[in-house]
Amino acid sequence: MKYVDEFRGTDLAQGLVDRIRRAATRPLTLMEVCGGQTHTILKYGIQALLPETIELLHGPGCPVCVTPVALIDHAVALAREPGVCLTSFGDMLRVPGSATDLLHVKARGGDVRMVYSPLDALRLATEDPKRQVVFFAVGFETTAPSIAAVIERAAALGLGNISFLTAHVLVPPALGAVLDAADNRVQAFLAPGHVCTVMGYRQYEALASRYRVPIVVTGFEPVDLLQGIANGVDLFNAGRGVVDNQYSRSVSRDGNVAAQRAVDRVFEVCDREWRGIGMIPMSGLALRPAYHAFDAGRRFALPPGVTETKNDCIAGEVLRGVRKPHDCAAFGARCTPERPQGAPMVSAEGVCAAYFQYRRTA
Amino acid sequence: MSRPLSPTVAACPVPSTPTATVLLAHGGGGRLTHKLVDELFLPAFANPLLTPLHDGAVLDLGSARLAFSTDSFVVKPLFFPGGDIGSLAVYGTVNDLAMCGARPLALSAGYILEEGLGLETLTRVVASMAAAARRAGVAIVTGDTKVVDRGKGDQIFINTAGVGLIPPQVEIAPRRATVGDVILLSGDIARHGVTILSQREGLAFETTLESDAAPLADLVATLVATEPSALHVLRDPTRGGVATALCEIAAAAQVGVQIDERAVVVRDPVRGACEMLGLDPLYVANEGKLLAVVARDAADRLLEAMRKHPDGAEAARIGEIVAEHRGKVVMNSQIGARRVVEMMSGEQLPRIC
Repeated sequence: MKYVDEFRGTDLAQGLVDRIRRAATRPLTLMEVCGGQTHTILKYGIQALLPETIELLHGPGCPVCVTPVALIDHAVALAREPGVCLTSFGDMLRVPGSATDLLHVKARGGDVRMVYSPLDALRLATEDPKRQVVFFAVGFETTAPSIAAVIERAAALGLGNISFLTAHVLVPPALGAVLDAADNRVQAFLAPGHVCTVMGYRQYEALASRYRVPIVVTGFEPVDLLQGIANGVDLFNAGRGVVDNQYSRSVSRDGNVAAQRAVDRVFEVCDREWRGIGMIPMSGLALRPAYHAFDAGRRFALPPGVTETKNDCIAGEVLRGVRKPHDCAAFGARCTPERPQGAPMVSAEGVCAAYFQYRRTA
Repeated sequence: MSRPLSPTVAACPVPSTPTATVLLAHGGGGRLTHKLVDELFLPAFANPLLTPLHDGAVLDLGSARLAFSTDSFVVKPLFFPGGDIGSLAVYGTVNDLAMCGARPLALSAGYILEEGLGLETLTRVVASMAAAARRAGVAIVTGDTKVVDRGKGDQIFINTAGVGLIPPQVEIAPRRATVGDVILLSGDIARHGVTILSQREGLAFETTLESDAAPLADLVATLVATEPSALHVLRDPTRGGVATALCEIAAAAQVGVQIDERAVVVRDPVRGACEMLGLDPLYVANEGKLLAVVARDAADRLLEAMRKHPDGAEAARIGEIVAEHRGKVVMNSQIGARRVVEMMSGEQLPRIC
């Protein structure tokens, strides 16, 4: 298939593996930020192709993994409310809150719908004015523009029966938090290609120079990942804390300016709690006052959020790349995709699910 | 407008997933379906005919061996490119029988209809079933109809059951997969599942794809005529896809299954849709395709026989049964690395970003 097969070719992959093997003469710890990249790495067995000097750490780029428990509890409470139709993307429905998840609420009669686009939520709201539609908006900078566009549309239509429970998070502050942690081991990043398609990579230039860390904007196919790693090794060897753009077929320095403007019109940057990681200043998006009418948190009285207590799940350390899923005592035993103890075991983009799916002993 | 919500039970904030409720994934063909079968149905019904958990049971009558199977159909939408709930209901059970190596003889048809359903819709479905039965060479010989209140069903649910005659020398069962056997796949995968997905509300995308749903009994008869005793396992990889069917074979026979990703054919429009939605075609449902685990020395002849048949023209050798990693499926990936292929967990859901 055009534009896919080229990036999965064995010859190209092998050439890059050889290049990495020659260049990686000293230990280097790289973090791939996005869960989609993690899945490619595990699905194609990329770690096994790399020399022992290269260690890949898996980053926090799984939107449902970092959505705080309190927000999921809010979504659950809304979904149980008669007359409310709670909509969200597929994976979000499976993530456990403090007591249950949205799929179980649906099984017990709650009106929970899996949608593929926030436009579907808009359609549900216009179809039936008596129905209160809530869209549980999760994701990074990638999904924020479409949500912003839908909110603007809802405002233009004057819809009074749609609102948004927003849990949007931003990547660069999270990378800063990873680097600031006392136990940080990350020496280079593979930055998320899709986020950078929207946002460009100017923000990453500031991070790279401030922390003197190489950052390679990287795509999602096996050859993309291998090339991103190869470029990361070269920059690391040269001691250059700069941004390199491997995913140039999609990413430009400025990104999608129209999308950024839509986000900026509707949202403002706020402090945000990341599940398993904690509060990261200026790392989330909240609705601007002009759009507060569409804030589900303001439209409905939501129960106070619970804070997560410690169980044996080490999701926080896994999401910061400090530990690996199989370092967790619960992994694969008490914690499986059927009975997840933490969000990374739930999502298709979660690192624990990826390890469970692809990396259990053959 | 501000309304108070009932407080949630938040005594224990440790995430937990209650499992005392039936979820859609219990019917998805993956891990939860297996859990239900293993922990609820099997203990309740335990008997030697059920325990092998093949696509159908094999009843030994002394003079003849009958294959017996049943399947229910709750397809949405009722009509889709390349088929409808009626043809699927016929092919589904015909194929379950064929996977026992049997020649289908007769089917039953049970209908659960929702009050308010247009008779014209039912007529179309029934006509399609009749045509499908003719194509599969099987008669629908008994039936039943029930109607439920409006809102208590979804237009039409159909159950079919069937019996078929197993020819002599045929001994097909998942546990018969033997180290050294070769795995054949009768054509491209994931076409049916992606076609259905493309028609689903909220996801409709334009495609020229048609479901490849087809009866497999004639293809199986060809294989039986070629080399009956070399056919060790037959499976039609429906729900859960090729990956789940292979995982089941590996587990049932306690053998290792090794497959080559490059040998598995996926058509471009199907791959494109899967890439876009973040689905793995190995886990997407098929209709009209079969996996055959066959004795190595007969593999070439059986592959040739498959390719000569119109329903197996794109058949390929995709892997083999090995002594290593018993109970597991391992795939050589496109870029030459190896990975374990797990049974699907829950339902495949489109990704977020």
